[in-house]
Amino acid sequence: MRYLPLTADDRAEMLGVIGAADIDALFSDTPASARLKGPVELPRHQGELEVERELAGLAARNRTAGSGPFFCGAGAYRHHVPASVDHIIQRSEFLTSYTPYQPEIAQGTLQVLFEFQTQVAALTGMDVANASMYDGSTGCAEAVMMASRVTRRTRAVLSGGLHPHYAETTRTLAQVAGIQIERLTATVDAEAAVIAAIDADTACVVVQTPNVFGQVTDVSAIAEAAHAAGALLIVVTTEAVSYGLLKSPGEMGADIAVAEGQSIGNGLNFGGPYVGLFAVREKLVRQMPGRLCGETVDAEGRRGFVLTLSTREQHIRRDKATSNICTNSGLCALAFTVHMSLLGEEGLRRLALINHLKARRLKTALQGVPGVQVLTSRFFNELAVRLPMNADDAVEALAASGILSGVPYSRIDPQAGMDDVLLLAVTETTPDGDIDRLCAALTGTLSPETGAVS
Amino acid sequence: MSMQTVGRPTRPETTSQTAPEDRAVGLLQYEPLIFELGGWSKTGVDLPDAAPGAADDLGDLVRTTPIGLPGLSEPETLRHYVRLSQKNHAIDLALYPLGSCTMKHNPRLNEKLARLPGFGDIHPLQPQSSVQGAIALMDRLAHWLKTLTGMPAVALPPKAGAHGELCGLLAIRAAHEARGDARKRVLVPTSAHGTNPATAAFAGYVVEEIAQTTDGRVDLADLESKLGPDVAAIMVTNPNTCGLFERDVIEIARLTHAAGAYFYCDGANFNAIVGKVRPGDLGVDAMHINLHKTFSTPHGGGGPGAGPVVLSAALAPFAPQPWIVSEGGDYRLIEAREGPAAQAFGRLSAFHGQMGMFVRAYAYMLSHGSDGLRQVAEDAVLNANYVKARLQDLMSPAFPDGPCMHEALFDDAWLEGTGVTTLDFAKAMIDEGFHPMTMYFPLVVHGAMLIEPTETESKAELDRFCAALRRLATDALSAKDDTEALERFKAAPVSAPLRRLDETLAARKPRLKWTPPAAPLPLAAE
Repeated sequence: MRYLPLTADDRAEMLGVIGAADIDALFSDTPASARLKGPVELPRHQGELEVERELAGLAARNRTAGSGPFFCGAGAYRHHVPASVDHIIQRSEFLTSYTPYQPEIAQGTLQVLFEFQTQVAALTGMDVANASMYDGSTGCAEAVMMASRVTRRTRAVLSGGLHPHYAETTRTLAQVAGIQIERLTATVDAEAAVIAAIDADTACVVVQTPNVFGQVTDVSAIAEAAHAAGALLIVVTTEAVSYGLLKSPGEMGADIAVAEGQSIGNGLNFGGPYVGLFAVREKLVRQMPGRLCGETVDAEGRRGFVLTLSTREQHIRRDKATSNICTNSGLCALAFTVHMSLLGEEGLRRLALINHLKARRLKTALQGVPGVQVLTSRFFNELAVRLPMNADDAVEALAASGILSGVPYSRIDPQAGMDDVLLLAVTETTPDGDIDRLCAALTGTLSPETGAVS
Repeated sequence: MSMQTVGRPTRPETTSQTAPEDRAVGLLQYEPLIFELGGWSKTGVDLPDAAPGAADDLGDLVRTTPIGLPGLSEPETLRHYVRLSQKNHAIDLALYPLGSCTMKHNPRLNEKLARLPGFGDIHPLQPQSSVQGAIALMDRLAHWLKTLTGMPAVALPPKAGAHGELCGLLAIRAAHEARGDARKRVLVPTSAHGTNPATAAFAGYVVEEIAQTTDGRVDLADLESKLGPDVAAIMVTNPNTCGLFERDVIEIARLTHAAGAYFYCDGANFNAIVGKVRPGDLGVDAMHINLHKTFSTPHGGGGPGAGPVVLSAALAPFAPQPWIVSEGGDYRLIEAREGPAAQAFGRLSAFHGQMGMFVRAYAYMLSHGSDGLRQVAEDAVLNANYVKARLQDLMSPAFPDGPCMHEALFDDAWLEGTGVTTLDFAKAMIDEGFHPMTMYFPLVVHGAMLIEPTETESKAELDRFCAALRRLATDALSAKDDTEALERFKAAPVSAPLRRLDETLAARKPRLKWTPPAAPLPLAAE
């Protein structure tokens, strides 16, 4: 077995040093009745070639995003990741190291986390960011629980524009903490209804911009209303590239900014692993979940970095911790930081503009498809449209002709009664010709007289 | 397309820094922060120019202030991060004996396979008909996990061990509530990892500790006295955090079930028993499996992980969505509470879990096979007992009687009178070329030193490690009447990129991001 260095002679010699008759003597504490006599019923070990063959076979049964026109978004976006990003994250010293609990020999990881925190704080316009969460959705749930601790209130208002998976994740985690979740009606301009739902018991308001329908909103007025009522404003973003073009959550008055950082540095990976961004106002730092990296000096006065403020965390505070999170998304955060460092402000702004221009082109093209109604009026790179048919059926029909045309809204929110709504995203990776192909095929799918899909 | 477009600087002159002196140590370069490299108008990504007015439809939604992000060309960026990488220790460099963390070899085949476009370049919400291979892989991984644990169901979504614990406890809560039986307490041994009590509290329970016997195991009498009609679950790690198998595990399960509670097993140490003992045969109701430990997905400097949870038949109906079902060779994800998943307790995150980790873990399982995985446990346990045997005459094992499982636990009794602490000893290991062992955990053992070599270390590397530790231990013992020897331990490490860091300063005056030198610097101002 290629991963196991001990030889039979080694094993015999080591048992001798230990003074054990055989290997089973070392398992003598396990109940005899439960000890397996031999291997369980699964295939025996295989070489690289065989393993690669099986997995390549499974991979071949998936239609990749790059294999044809592709318009899926709804919380996960296909961007171009420079080759050097993947090279850096495969460096042994980053890939095969542990959480940097021994700072003297983990300055590489720690300095990266410090850079990551600085970049996230800058992008979100917030004072302090942590060293990452699992993803945007769990970050959202943690933000609501944090807001409840800070305000000592137990009601959370979720905008109807919040990604339904985020809302569901938040409800699942927050309800056991006794937090009452009020999710408002899903609609394109959902943020407009939020202010009316704030009351004196409200711990926080959660809004998303661009929201799940792609709609961009200036949430400054919501921030004012929330603060006037003593509540916190949590601003969620699922497309981090939008920070390059739009006003930041901090500029609009957010108390906590949460985002899915996958768009920068990380591939689609069928939904994970991703990287959650989590940033707050300075006064809330000690209520934050997750790891924080801070600057300090070593015994010779040289600058260095350590994990800090850990009295918030489970390994010190146990059942009084601000969260149970331990392992986070270190390597995905590294990918984010390397990609961000390559882009810089110049590159990110340019990238964001290109994404937006693509979406403007998509909108114009879709408006030319008979029966299609574009619902999103202010957008970054994603649009919601109403089709004259069930969106799921349209997506399946188009997939059969090699076009992944987007995400039916009903897939993520089946109860909303919006079976005819389709979400479509474009990025710098979408060729203009693919937009034309999509619209031609959609025209064919929607018009009963032609019936055919191009 | 324009190459390396130099735009308007987004920040005023901020290139002069209060950064430390630029001083290399041999070939180990000093490396400033990315913000100190002067890249305020550079980019390492060539993108087409955007037309003027590209965002004029967005009006005042557009950002008008600078973000404050530096960028660098590709060669500068690569050099920056490669230099940083060289300040890290890693498994690929030497043994990494962190107890309870299972720092084993990460096969590169698994990295290659996770990057196949058929896994890496598929969207979680594209039509299920277009991702049958991905769902099939999840189903096969589930089959292996169920077979290895002897449990009938598994929830794949949890993103890490602590997330898995939460998954298990929420399933337990849902199962009690389905019977109208609201329970308030969760029992956790004092030796438990911090995530156990934190998770129980997160899930809305009051945490109560179970005492430990002098031989490092759950005190059955104490457990029995604390079990009652309001106890929802016990959370027991097995093998436990002392590196010992809970001999009375079947009785623990019986007592727990008799009280109407569920047995949550923390599976962080499953590496010690995989292929040898199935938790399902021990009466476990729920157990998370850290794919980044037992099944070798890389730790990546602190994540990402994955923490699937195997569930007993009693808890299976409450598993979170999505569920995987297969109908006549077609695979389907049930993403809402409907059909067989009608009783699901909810959703733990967006999408379907850590697919990238699933691919790696499944490749690892196929490579080892049922025979290899059994050998994994045997070699992991053999290596730990070998280290214990080689060191026990100099250092004091916390539980000298009987074998340990996959990790050897020492206390600091042997250092008494030397002035050398566990911390000093661990830091001195760095100067010998090894990562320290886990220190001061578990909390129940004074000055704990927890050594987990894992099965992927050769005898030669173990001998090198033991020889280094024996030299160090001898030196530590000599510190009793040799102040110079003591000084060496207090000063360690001296050969790492940095000396010991001032963690008190970091916490007292938190400086959590870089700020331009124009702004007041909290540290400099002191």
